[in-house]
Amino acid sequence: MLMTDRERLAGEIQALAEKHGKGRTALIPMVQEIKRKYQKIDSFAMQVIADQLGIHPVEVYSVVSFYAFLGSEAHGKYIIRLCRTISCDMQGKEGVMRQLENDLGITFGKTTVDGKFSLEWANCMGMCDQGPAMLVNEKLYTRVTPEKIHEILEECRRSFGVHATEQKEVHLV
Amino acid sequence: MSPLPTFSTMAPEAGLKKALSLSRPDIIEEVKNSGLKGRGGAGFPTGMKWNFAAAARAEEKFIICNADEGEPGTFKDRVILQEHADLVFEGMTIAGKAVGATQGILFLRGEYTYLRPHLEAVLAKRREQKFLGKQILGSDLEFDIRIFMGAGAYICGEETALIEALEGFRGEPRNRPPFPVNTGFLGRPSVVNNVETLASAACILQKGADWWKAMGTEKSSGFKIFSISGDCQKPGVYEFPMGITVAQLLKEVAGEGAKAVQVGGASGQCIPASQFERTIAFEDIPTGGSIIVFGQQRDMLDVLHNFLDFFVDESCGQCTPCRRGNVKLLEGVELLKEGQCSMAYLKELCALGETMQIASKCGLGQSSPSAFLSVVHNFRAEIMGRTPSHV
Ligand SMILES: Cc1cc2nc3c(=O)[nH]c(=O)nc-3n(C[C@H](O)[C@H](O)[C@H](O)COP(=O)(O)O)c2cc1C
Ligand code: SF4
Ligand code: FES
Repeated sequence: MLMTDRERLAGEIQALAEKHGKGRTALIPMVQEIKRKYQKIDSFAMQVIADQLGIHPVEVYSVVSFYAFLGSEAHGKYIIRLCRTISCDMQGKEGVMRQLENDLGITFGKTTVDGKFSLEWANCMGMCDQGPAMLVNEKLYTRVTPEKIHEILEECRRSFGVHATEQKEVHLV
Repeated sequence: MSPLPTFSTMAPEAGLKKALSLSRPDIIEEVKNSGLKGRGGAGFPTGMKWNFAAAARAEEKFIICNADEGEPGTFKDRVILQEHADLVFEGMTIAGKAVGATQGILFLRGEYTYLRPHLEAVLAKRREQKFLGKQILGSDLEFDIRIFMGAGAYICGEETALIEALEGFRGEPRNRPPFPVNTGFLGRPSVVNNVETLASAACILQKGADWWKAMGTEKSSGFKIFSISGDCQKPGVYEFPMGITVAQLLKEVAGEGAKAVQVGGASGQCIPASQFERTIAFEDIPTGGSIIVFGQQRDMLDVLHNFLDFFVDESCGQCTPCRRGNVKLLEGVELLKEGQCSMAYLKELCALGETMQIASKCGLGQSSPSAFLSVVHNFRAEIMGRTPSHV
């Protein structure tokens, strides 16, 4: 990372700490916002967060590594989370999984080389009567079938540029 | 027709207005008299919970609405928040007055981030209408609500893990006691209630304890919102009185002829067809509202495999019976599927399950073996002596 990038990130983290109140209770909301903008939390970001909150960076890592939606690894602009729990399983999540893997050329747990898509499993997401259910970032898709996958991925590709810049402005302080 | 007929017919804010005209003990008395029990699964009497928090002395107290809704097969809290958020916030405000809290927190699971704009808009409107903020409806009541987003961990539905997350820690359950009503968020007395519990409390203030008690059974008063999925023609959200039998419920959703019904989600019990006359109520089969129907074609070992994958994934790992026990049960299911499990080993696995029920630190490990034990008990003929599928 360039020095200027680091400085900018540090500045943003400082602003987030001001916004969320500098205490330990600010930790998860801060990580959520950083992750949303940068798709990852690296060791530099964890160090700055720790400094801002007056805790050891390993405390930040410990929290980040606990939660499925925070993980420190980088992921794509679009995280596709397919529900693997019982009701979606009975409604055919297996076929949807195969089509996702075929169309993206990656397996679950991986990110495409262009950094656009990651495939992840999710546990029950509260859409069990309309499965198989799938989240693409925060957007929900229900009754997903293998033949719908192509259109969903195209929709993401089309909004790729727009989406990325939009998020910066809307979600950061 | 709305899937939530009773919530839909409530007069807006009538419960809150009633609460403003009552003393704090009288509000609690009304909720106690109704016999309302927690809708999040554990079924703790709500009036009693509020009373403990009201009696605790502290400068600050909190009302926390548990919208973590992660139990497999549960989605009714999402529908309640989409269609009747006002009623939930009204319930929180009433609880705030009853226990003397000025701050409320809605803990919303990360998977429901798409609900947040709507909920923030409802909160903003309530502030404008003086249903939230200082001097609510011209009284001296002060109460406001903020939203905290979960970060993808089923265990955070457990109330002490939820509080750990709010405080910025890993969602690892605490020892209880002390209970949150005494030592909760930031060490302050905190009421943690389910979304539906709070909405129901608002209805009870409006319509009175007797109205609520006239529905349901003696020990499980009122109605309950169910989330029904699986092998039936009409899955969805339903309102039924407590005490409904499994058979009646299956009829309503056109799921007759089912092989088994999972009541209470992955943590619940698997009820075989021979027991469909049993009732859904705290005194018989308790539930937070998740009902999953299994048709004749379903393999009960596949079901167990799916549930145990879930628990292995979601165990916080803090205590050994749950961290290792769920892995052992999962391996046991794999052995059964391969037709390689002796009766002696199956008995050992059941003993392990019973140990987990007693020795685990929180409800996750205490209830995760239930489905395994009930399938072994009720479907033994189906699960023993299998020929492996790849032979
Ligand atoms: C593993 C686990 C997960 C839980 N998940 C939820 C949940 O998603 N929503 C909920 O309201 N209660 C959940 N509970 C129950 C809560 O700990 C708590 O009892 C409940 O929120 C209290 O509210 P009530 O009395 O209104 O039901 C869970 C409990 C355990 C052990
Ligand atoms: S029972 Fe499981 S989830 Fe609960 S504290 Fe122990 S390891 Fe964590
Ligand atoms: S099982 Fe997939 S949303 Fe509930």
